[in-house]
Order: sequence, then C-alpha cells, then structure tokens
Amino acid sequence: MIDGAEVLRWAADAAIALLLLAMLLVLVRLARGPNLGDRIMALDTLTTLAVGLIGALTVRTGLTLYLDIAIAIALVGFLSTVALARYLLARVLKGESQ
Amino acid sequence: MIGQLLQYLAAVAVLGGAVFGLLAAIGIVRLPDLYMRLHAASKAGAVGAGLILIAVALISTDGAVVLRATLGLIFLLLSTPVAAHLLARAAYKAGELPIVTTTIEEIDGQP
Repeated sequence: MIDGAEVLRWAADAAIALLLLAMLLVLVRLARGPNLGDRIMALDTLTTLAVGLIGALTVRTGLTLYLDIAIAIALVGFLSTVALARYLLARVLKGESQ
Repeated sequence: MIGQLLQYLAAVAVLGGAVFGLLAAIGIVRLPDLYMRLHAASKAGAVGAGLILIAVALISTDGAVVLRATLGLIFLLLSTPVAAHLLARAAYKAGELPIVTTTIEEIDGQP
C-alpha cells in the first residue's frame, strides 16, 4: 500500500504541470483571439485557472494561507470580467449614438 | 486510516480538477467561435477550480480552512455563469455573430 501523502504530493505536482500547460494554451487564445470578447474570456479563464493553481499549491505545500489569495483572485477576476463586459457594451452604445 | 482515504480522494480530485482545467483550455484554443469557447471556459474551468478547492477542503484538518474552501467554491460556482452570461450578451450586442455552421438553411441548401 502506497502512502497517501506520497500519492497526494505526486498528484499535486502533476496538477500544477497540467494547469501551467492550460494557462499557456489560454495565452495563445489571448494573443490570437480575433475580437475583444475573446480576449476578455481568455483573461477570465486565466483567473479561474489561477485559482485552481493556487489550490494545487495549497495541497502541495500544506500552507493554507494561499487559500485566501485564491479567494481574492476569484473576486477580482469576477469583478474585472463584469467591468470589461460593461466596457464592451458601453463602446457599442456609444457607437450607436453617434 | 480515514486520513489515508481522504488523501487518496483529494489526490483524485486534484488530478481531475487539473484535467478539467486543461480541457477548458483546449476548448478555448480549438473551438470555432466565441459562444462555443465561452461554453468550454465557463463550465469546464469552474468545475476544474472547484474540484481543486474540494480537494483542499478534504485534506485540511482545520475547520476554518474547510469553511474558506467551501465559500470559495460557492462563490466560484455563483460568479462564473454570471460573468459568462454578461460577456456573451455584450459580445452579441457588439455584433459578434455565431459562425454559420451553427444555423440551418434548408431552402437554399447552403448553410
């Protein structure tokens, strides 16, 4: 029987690698994305993946202080996505009034 | 013994969450238009981060940490669909149309 802590450490390392790969892929869409909406979506996904990455770091290191940072990043990510979507909408309305 | 079991469960949840995050990223890169990409990002991404937060809650022995992880999970599950909906609505009002292969035009034959 393998030790549970050993399995957990291995799983957290693999998860960190997978999440970093996922963030790289999202960066491809952020650089390439044809319109503003695609870029806002890519930024939103980056913050969600960052929450997951910090969670995996919490599991790996056992430092639960990181969890507060994850919650703060989730808050900021949601607010920034809402603000950017409002900006996209306001740009359209401004264009219509001209 | 129950601690070992929780550690195994947490390992499965961490790996599953990371795989869901990777699937969301692959969907974002490969799907053809914004609405399909939002579908991949908002659902798979939220489940990925949520599973990892569940794993944190499983292995911690401190009640405050469990509470914080659960609150983070609830906030994530509440906020991600709202953000995706707002973004899709704004993009549609901005004139971003779904790609033509998602509509059916049966009279002219050409989609």
